[in-house]
Amino acid sequence: MKGYVVYRLFQAIIVIWGITLITFSLLHMFRDPVSILLPPEATKEEAATLRKAMGLDRPLVVQYARFLSGTLRGDFGNSFVAQRPALGLVLERMPMTLWLAASGLLLAVILSVPLGVIAAVQRNRLLDHSASIFAVVGQAMPLFWLDIMLIIIFAVKLRLLPASGAASFKHIILPATGIAVSLLPILMRLTRSRMIEILSQEYIRTARAKGLRESAVLFRHALRNALIPVVTILGFQSGLLLGGAVITETIFAWPGVASLVVESIFNSDFPVVQAAVAVFALLIVVANLATDITVAWLDPKIRFGA
Amino acid sequence: MNGKYGSRHFVRRLGQARAGIVGLAMVSLMVATAVLAPLLSPSDPLEQDLHARLRPPFWDEKADPKYTMGTDQVGRDMLSRLIHGARISLSVGFLTMAFSALLGISLGVLAGYYRGIPDSIISNGVNIMMSFPYILLAISVMAAAGPGYTNLIMVLGLTGWPVYTRLVRAEVIELEGRDFMTAARALGGRDIRVILRHTLPNVASSITVLATFEMARMIIRESFLSFLGLGIPPPHASWGGMLAEGRSYMLNLWWLAAIPGSAIFFTTLGINLMGDGLRDWLDPHTRTR
Repeated sequence: MKGYVVYRLFQAIIVIWGITLITFSLLHMFRDPVSILLPPEATKEEAATLRKAMGLDRPLVVQYARFLSGTLRGDFGNSFVAQRPALGLVLERMPMTLWLAASGLLLAVILSVPLGVIAAVQRNRLLDHSASIFAVVGQAMPLFWLDIMLIIIFAVKLRLLPASGAASFKHIILPATGIAVSLLPILMRLTRSRMIEILSQEYIRTARAKGLRESAVLFRHALRNALIPVVTILGFQSGLLLGGAVITETIFAWPGVASLVVESIFNSDFPVVQAAVAVFALLIVVANLATDITVAWLDPKIRFGA
Repeated sequence: MNGKYGSRHFVRRLGQARAGIVGLAMVSLMVATAVLAPLLSPSDPLEQDLHARLRPPFWDEKADPKYTMGTDQVGRDMLSRLIHGARISLSVGFLTMAFSALLGISLGVLAGYYRGIPDSIISNGVNIMMSFPYILLAISVMAAAGPGYTNLIMVLGLTGWPVYTRLVRAEVIELEGRDFMTAARALGGRDIRVILRHTLPNVASSITVLATFEMARMIIRESFLSFLGLGIPPPHASWGGMLAEGRSYMLNLWWLAAIPGSAIFFTTLGINLMGDGLRDWLDPHTRTR
C-alpha cells in the first residue's frame, strides 16, 4: 500500500509538471504579450523596454524556469486587466464555482441513485425502459443548449426563476439543474448495473432467506455495496463536473472562476487564464489521486499486494 | 429455447436493435442532408434580406410561406442555414474524430505493444491531458490560435486522442497474454505484421463504439466553441453560431435559439443511439445481459 501511494504521488507530480509546461506554452505559442499590453501606436523602443522588463528577451528555457518557480510559489503574475495578482482573482471566484458544482453534484446523486435502484428492481419493465431512454436522451443533450432551454421555459415563459446572476438562492436552481442533468445518465446507469449485479449475489439471497424486509435487503445490504463504484466514478468525473461548470457559468452569467476565465480569454488576460487552468488542473489531479488511493485502500488486492 | 432466449428476451433484443436502427436512420438523414445541402436548401444560406428580418417559423400564424423555418436577424433563411449547418457539424465531427482516433490508436498500440520507455512517456502524456479541464484547454488554444475551420479541427483533434490511447493500450496489454499472439510471433511475424493482422482487428470493435460516441461529443464541442465565437466564424452557418445569435432574442423569439439547438441534439441523439446499437451488436457480453 505504501509503495502504491508513493508511486501515485510521483505520478501526480509528473502530471502537475506537464500541466505547467502546457500552460506556459499556451501563452508563448501564439501571442506576444507585449503586443497585448501596449497600445498599437507604441514605438519599437517602448516595446523593447517592456519586453526586457518582463524578461521576454531571455531564452525560453530561462523564461520557463522563472514561470515554474513562480507557479510553485503560487505567483502567476499580475492580471493585465485588473493589475492585481492573477491567483488572487481566481481564488476569490472559487467559492462560487464550488458552490455551483457541489449543488449540481448533490442534486444529481439525490436523483440518480433512487432512479438507478428502481430501474434495477424493475429490471426490463416499463420504469426501467423509461429510465434508460431518459439516460440516452440526457447523454446526447448538449449542456449549453439544455441551459438555454431551461432559461426559455422557466425564466422567459413561466417566469418562475431568474435567468442569470447569483443574487439569491433561487438563482442557483436552474444552473444546478443543468449540471445535474449532465451527470445523471452516467450515475444512474452505473447504480443500475451494480445493483443488478449485487442483487444476484449469495449474501442477498441469505439476507432474504433469513426473512429480512425487502427494503432492508435493498438499502442496508445491496445499495451500500453498489455505492462504492458510484463514489469512485464521482471522483474520476471531477473533470466532467468542472467542464459542466464552465459551460453553465457562461450561459447563466454565474460569477465563478469559469466565467472569469472566459472573460479573460476574450481580453487576452493570460496570467488569469494560466492561474485558473492550473488551479482547475490541480483540483482534478488531487481528486483523482484521492479517489485512486481510496479505491486501493478499499481493494485488499492492492492494499496488501505490490 | 431455454429461458434466456425466451420471448421476453427476444422482445428486448428487438427493442435494442430498433433503437440502433432508429439512430442509424437519424444519422443517415443528417448525412444525406449534409451531402445534398446545395440541392435541398431553398435559398442561399448567406443571402440577407433586410425587408424580411426575424420572420417566425411555419407554426406561427404570422409565418411567411416563403420561409418555412423563418428568418434570422438579418433576414437569412433559417432552413437553408440549418441544412448547410449539417455540413459543418458533420464534417468537423467526423474529421476531428478520425484525426484524434488515428493519433490515439497509434500511440496506444505503441505504448501497449512495446511497453517500457515509450509506454511511460505516452501514459504520462495521457494522464496530463486527462487532468486538464478539456473545455478550458480547447477555448484557450482556440482563443490564441484564432477561430477557423482548420484551427478548430487541429485543436479538437490534438486534444481528443487520450481516450483512444487509454482504451487501446489496455486492450493491447490484455491481448499480449493470449496464445494466438505468442503463436503469431513464434511463426516469425514481424512487429508491424502482428500489430496490423492480429492486434488491431481484436480491438477494432471497442474502438468503433468509442469513436461513435466521441464523434457526438466532438459535434457538441464544435458547436459550443462556435457558440462562444471561437469555432467556425460568422457568417458561416454553424449551428453553434446560430444558437449564439438567437440567444439575444431569447425573450420573445425563443425559436431562434431552440431550432439550431434541436438540430445539434437530433444529430447527437442519432449518433448515440447508433453507438448503443453498435455496442450491443459487437459485444456478445451485453447481448445476453
